[in-house]
Formats: sequence, C-alpha cells, structure tokens
Amino acid sequence: MHSLKLPRWLVAFVALVYAFLHIPLLVLVVFSFNASKYGVEWTGFTTHWYARLWERQDIIDGLKASVVVGVSSTLISTLLGTLMALAIARHEFRGRRLMEAFLYIPIVTPEIVVGISLLILFVLLNFPLGLVSIVIAHVAFNISFVVVVVLARLQGMDRNLEEAAMILGADEFTTFRRITVPLLWPGILSGAMLAFTMSFDDYVITSFVTGTGSSTLPIVVYTMVRKNIEPSINAISTIILIITTILIFAADRLGRDKPLVHSAD
Amino acid sequence: MNPFALRQRALAWFHRHKETQAWALLAPGFGWLVLFFLVPIVIMFAYSVMPRGEYGGVERGFTLEHYARFMDPLYIKILWRTLEDSTICTVACLLTGYPVAYVIARATKWRNFLMFLVILPFWTSFLVRTFAMIFLLRDTGLINTMLLKLGVITEPILMLYTPFAVMLGLVYGFLPFMILPIYASLEKLDLSLLEAAEVLGAKPMARFFRVTLPLSMPGVVAGSLLVFIPALGSFLTSDLLGGAKEIMIGNLVQNQFTTARNWPFGSAASFIVMALVLVAVMIYLRVRDRDTELGAH
Repeated sequence: MHSLKLPRWLVAFVALVYAFLHIPLLVLVVFSFNASKYGVEWTGFTTHWYARLWERQDIIDGLKASVVVGVSSTLISTLLGTLMALAIARHEFRGRRLMEAFLYIPIVTPEIVVGISLLILFVLLNFPLGLVSIVIAHVAFNISFVVVVVLARLQGMDRNLEEAAMILGADEFTTFRRITVPLLWPGILSGAMLAFTMSFDDYVITSFVTGTGSSTLPIVVYTMVRKNIEPSINAISTIILIITTILIFAADRLGRDKPLVHSAD
Repeated sequence: MNPFALRQRALAWFHRHKETQAWALLAPGFGWLVLFFLVPIVIMFAYSVMPRGEYGGVERGFTLEHYARFMDPLYIKILWRTLEDSTICTVACLLTGYPVAYVIARATKWRNFLMFLVILPFWTSFLVRTFAMIFLLRDTGLINTMLLKLGVITEPILMLYTPFAVMLGLVYGFLPFMILPIYASLEKLDLSLLEAAEVLGAKPMARFFRVTLPLSMPGVVAGSLLVFIPALGSFLTSDLLGGAKEIMIGNLVQNQFTTARNWPFGSAASFIVMALVLVAVMIYLRVRDRDTELGAH
C-alpha cells in the first residue's frame, strides 16, 4: 500500500519529538558518570557519585521510606482495587454506573487538591504526619488506577472458562480460586506495578502529608535540586530511572500477555 | 459445624444476597475513597467559606471573602496566566503529539518499541524529568556550555527561570498524555476508508483533514483533557523552572499552606482549581457524546 507510506518530513519531525522526550534524560544519565564536580565539561569516567550516595544518610533513609510506603500502599490499593473491579465486572448492583463514574474522579483531580485536602483532614483529626499518613494518601490515589487496569483485564476475559468449570461441578469459590484468579493474575500484577511506580515517584501529594523524619526519596531529591547538590542528583536520578524502567517494562509485558489457561493447574 | 457445611451455607447465602455480595467487595475500597478522598474535599470546601483563624486555622462562621479576593487584579492575573499557560501547553502538545501518534499507528515493525518509548516518560518521575530540564537550560547547563565552546555566543543565554522554560517543562512533562489517547483512536481507524477516499480522488491532505482527523477526534479531545487538567494544577514546573517568579494557581495554593499559612484562602484557590477541572471534564463529556451521536449516523 504505497499510498500509506509516511512522508519523509513527517518521520523527521517525529524523530525530533522523540529526541526532545529522551535526550534530556540520556544527558542526565551520561553526566552521572562525569568526574568533574562543577559544570558539564567531561573530564573522565567515574562511579564516584554513586559511591557517595551510600554515604548520605538522608538518601538511604529516603530510599527505605519510599520502599516501605511503596510496598504497603501497593498491597492495600491492589487488594481493594481488585475487589472493586470484580464487583463492577461480575455483579449487578444499584448505582453501578455511578460507582464507575465516581472512580474516575480521583484520576482527574489535580494532585495538589488531593494533597492539601488530606493535609487539612489529618491536622483536623490530630493524626500524626508520617509514614502512615503517606501510605493512606498513596492508597487513596492508587485505588482508581488499579480498578481501571484490572477491570480492563476482566472485561477482556473469556467467561466460558468459568462457566465450564461450574458445569463440571466446581462451586463459586473453587471456580474463583482455580480459574478467575489465575486468569486475572497478570492484570493484578500489572496494576500493582503501576501503583508501586506512582507511589515511588510521587512528590506533590507526599510533600503535604509528610512529617519530620519520614521523607521519601522524591522529597530528598527535591531538597537536593533546591540546594543544587550534584552530580549526586544525576546519580540518584539515574537509579530512580532504572527502577522505574524495569517496573514499567514488566508491567507492559504482563499487560500484553494472553491469558494462560494451563496456569490453572 | 464442619467446614463443608459452612461452605455450603456461605454459598447459599451468597445466592440469596447478590447485591450484598457486590457491596461486600466494594465496601473496603469505596470506604477508603470516601474517607480519604471525598470527605477531605468536602472539608476543604467548608474551610474555604470560613473566616481565617490564628496559626492558619479557621473560626466558626460563614464568609465569601476568600473567593472575593480573586477579584483583586493580582489574583485575576495569576488565574488568567494559569489558564493561558495550560491552553498554550495543550495546543503545543497537540501539534507535536498528533504526528507522533500518527506515525506509531502507521508503523508496523517498530510499533511496540515506539510505544514503549512513549510509555516510559509517561511513568517516569516528574521531578527527575524536571531536573533534566534544569540540567540542560541553566547558565552553566549543557546548551549554554556547548554554545559558548563553539563560539556561537559569548555569554550564557538566560533560559532557566523564564516563562519559556516553564512552557518547555510543561510540554515536556505532559506530551505523553496527549500521544497515548490519540494513538488509541488512530489505531482503531479503518484503513479501507482511506483507500475509498483515495479511489474517489482525494489528495493526501484532503484524506487527512476529511477522514483521518475527524475520526481521531475522540482521542484528540481526551488527550487535550489529560494535558489541560494536570497543567492547571501544576506547581512543580513553575516552582523549579520558573524560579517561582511567574507563579501559577498551584503555587498560590502551596504558598498559602506553607509560608503564608492562610488555609481558608488556600482552600478557596484549590477549590477554584477543582471547579475549573470539573468544567473541563463536563466540556469533554459533552463533546464526546456529540461525537458518538455523529458516529452513529
């Protein structure tokens, strides 16, 4: 179909946009290995800035806090989100469409609104700001995303397999455990990975509900950007980029997988 | 009671109470969202219509003074700048993002890889990406250093802490949000329609403007919404790339809750952001419904 061949100027333009999207990050990564402490003149290769990161207690603590918050908020939001998706996809109940519409509100609400409204709530309740308040906030913005991802998987699933299991004598519980969950598993995992990534990367909401001594990694990085501490920022940014890339690559893979029938034993 | 009988009874109960079963599944997540999303926003609204107390708190009573303050030229300017920046950013993302989505949808061999390259920045830390911009744009940044070395300029061009830097940062930050939905609608486009147009004598430009573009409008509208909304509420970009000189409404909100400690006024500003978002969503739903109606004919 020669008529659908892309014009050369279009391809060139798109290549430029891709460069715009990726060159800034590539530059950031390359210069995390630059020996020069000041400016951007290349004076030699070093991994010194990475070694320096481990000497900084605030970064170690930030990383720990981010992992603790990320894992806990991911577990909670994935569980709650999956249950909600199951109810919406598999059950008739009054107000189902309203519930679906409601779930989109947290997705379209600007982060700053979520952040300050939670801050007001916590202060009003005298709830201490710290890791727990951060986890509560992260779950609140992650649930909807998990529901959307898991729901997409559920709606694309072949219901015949579940019906076949029931006809063959399995009751609801057995069918759910042996058929539904294994088929749904990639969707749940991919929802969980996206939830973890969002929690791990969040700065805006976290900055409002964090307390002293509970700074997550993005909070520490923000302070570093403000104080212009480098090239340590390049090094820690590179590490964050690598972690995110691995997670997204895995989530992308899982999301695309065709449902595996044999994984149900 | 033995486990088997218990299970039978549970099953029988579930069969009798379908609706209860659904709500049992919904309750934990829904409860969390009501408690930690809906209720806080309602309280925030209440704060915005209460008189300011000491130390950032509120006092009993009702007042509209915090909203009235937005009649002040200073705040009108901030509000206007926010709308203007968000609109320009949306248009810029559309003009750069549409061609990208178009090429990905037409690509065969490289499609998955090209898609992955768009998804990656979509999920990459916004903070890290903003820092990457600082690294390029500042006086001692890569662009200025290279231009100085090449002798193109004799002193650094001021790029960081300018409105240009803020706009560049916004477009850089939100471009993937535009590409993904447009790609989704272009991917579904029936190629035989284009062939039909060609057979009927339509030139490439006419084919694009009369067939491809109208059919991809749902993606264009969704993408514009996905860029416009976070741009409205953004404060990190103007904070770090604009040097907090050209503040947007997001910066105003943050300011009221940190340094200025005027929570009711900050709540009012935040509620205005929320209202603007809801208006944008409503316009989106209107346009989408009109499009589906047109599509049905």
